Amino acid sequence: MLHIKCPYCGMRSQNEFAYGGDATVKRPELNKEVSDEEWNKFVYLRKSPRGKHLELWHHISGCRQWFKVQRDTITHEIFKTAEISEDI
Amino acid sequence: MQKYSLFNLIKNAFKGHKEWEVAWKDPTPKDEYDVIIIGGGGHGLATAYYLAKEHNITNVAIVEKGWIGGGNVGRNTTILRSNYMHDENGLFYEKGMDLWRSMSQDLNFNVMYSPRGIINLAHSDAQMNAYSRRGNSMRLNGIDAVLLGREEVKKLVPMLDFSENVRFPIFGGLMQPSGGTARHDAVAWGYARQADSMGVDIIQHCEVTGFDVVKGKIKGIKTSKGNIKAKKVGLCVAGSTSVLAKMLNMTLPIETHLLQACVSEPIKPILDNVVTFGAGHFYCSQSDKGEMVMGGDLDGYNSYAQRGNLPTLQHVLTEGIAMFPFLSKLKMLRTWGGIMDMSMDGSPIIDKTHIEGLYLNCGWCYGGFKATPASGWTFAYTIAQDKVHELNAGYNLNRFNTGHLIDEKGLGTKTWIS
Repeated sequence: MLHIKCPYCGMRSQNEFAYGGDATVKRPELNKEVSDEEWNKFVYLRKSPRGKHLELWHHISGCRQWFKVQRDTITHEIFKTAEISEDI
Repeated sequence: MQKYSLFNLIKNAFKGHKEWEVAWKDPTPKDEYDVIIIGGGGHGLATAYYLAKEHNITNVAIVEKGWIGGGNVGRNTTILRSNYMHDENGLFYEKGMDLWRSMSQDLNFNVMYSPRGIINLAHSDAQMNAYSRRGNSMRLNGIDAVLLGREEVKKLVPMLDFSENVRFPIFGGLMQPSGGTARHDAVAWGYARQADSMGVDIIQHCEVTGFDVVKGKIKGIKTSKGNIKAKKVGLCVAGSTSVLAKMLNMTLPIETHLLQACVSEPIKPILDNVVTFGAGHFYCSQSDKGEMVMGGDLDGYNSYAQRGNLPTLQHVLTEGIAMFPFLSKLKMLRTWGGIMDMSMDGSPIIDKTHIEGLYLNCGWCYGGFKATPASGWTFAYTIAQDKVHELNAGYNLNRFNTGHLIDEKGLGTKTWIS
């Protein structure tokens, strides 16, 4: 069982959260021509690192806020959590 | 190679079974090979076997970080099926079913192929309609499919919960009678033994640490046992694909996730089919030892851990108990996890790459075991002929760029996120 520290509510069990995937992916800019290659990169391509991973989680059964988690994909250790606007 | 037969069994019994040949050797790597397959799992072993058998390419090495049978080929729930709706999947997996049928004879190794039938349960009228459509698509591709009503399911699997007050009543199901199970360890050992006997070097405990690429062409690999030159290299490493891709400066449309499975304590024979829950993700069969073999959803977050967490197991088994109430009385014997190369449309990738002589086999999600022979057969073709076979033409890497996804579930991208 993971224990995740929501930046708004504090430490809660994994059961309250939903996973949102890689937090480093950037959506192509709005209102400009976007090539297939750029969409491909944004929608499908993922680095999927073995080790430290910056990811999004959603406190879906709690405050319903999205936030960032830095977690190890080998040990599942969570190093840091932060609000979306913060840098990790 | 010494044949496994009744005659040899008796002969060796007189010698106290001390003179059997080893099933495969433990060679030191040569300086150069025609083909190196990275990954000694089911798919890698099958690829090497078909390279030798179908294409007479025997100067081949399999490089494996761990040991034969230690990865996903020994961690799955052993289910075989080809009950897919899309042509690309149906025809590919049916090729696999053909190879499964004759595998024990081909490999001279009993893989305990058991076509006991797989039943996908339906829990609504809409689901019956969808299954009817899928069944028809399967039959158009020459795959056996039978639509079962509630009473027919009841006859086949009487211990399912058929009471009136359940949340997901059973309306019927779609059955593929030729689906079933096989013994996964035997598949790995059988392919390894045959590949070895045809001259393939199986190099275990040898980790790949880098690649030698010159002017867009593969020249060899760097490993913990030194550098090895190769004309062609095939990647066949399932959940570790992204790790190798990083060494090649490639970013792929896959993520590595964790899938758990479990078995109960052994009980007397009660279930002679494979049965899947239609209102969630749970599948169940009974092993020859009597254990109920069960699995379901991914843990749900990127992971290379090869071990899971309890919340997902609890979720999956809740579905199991909804289906088979008697499961709640059983003790759990073992649980384990493996890491899956989840592709973005849920379908695999078997293709050439932008690097000349480098071939890619990945994206099997949680369905790689049944694909073992077809994956090896088509990947061997692609490596040997330097082109895709019509059976794996749809499984190209470029489909994500062009939008030609093979979206079996009709749910769009990342169908495996619940």
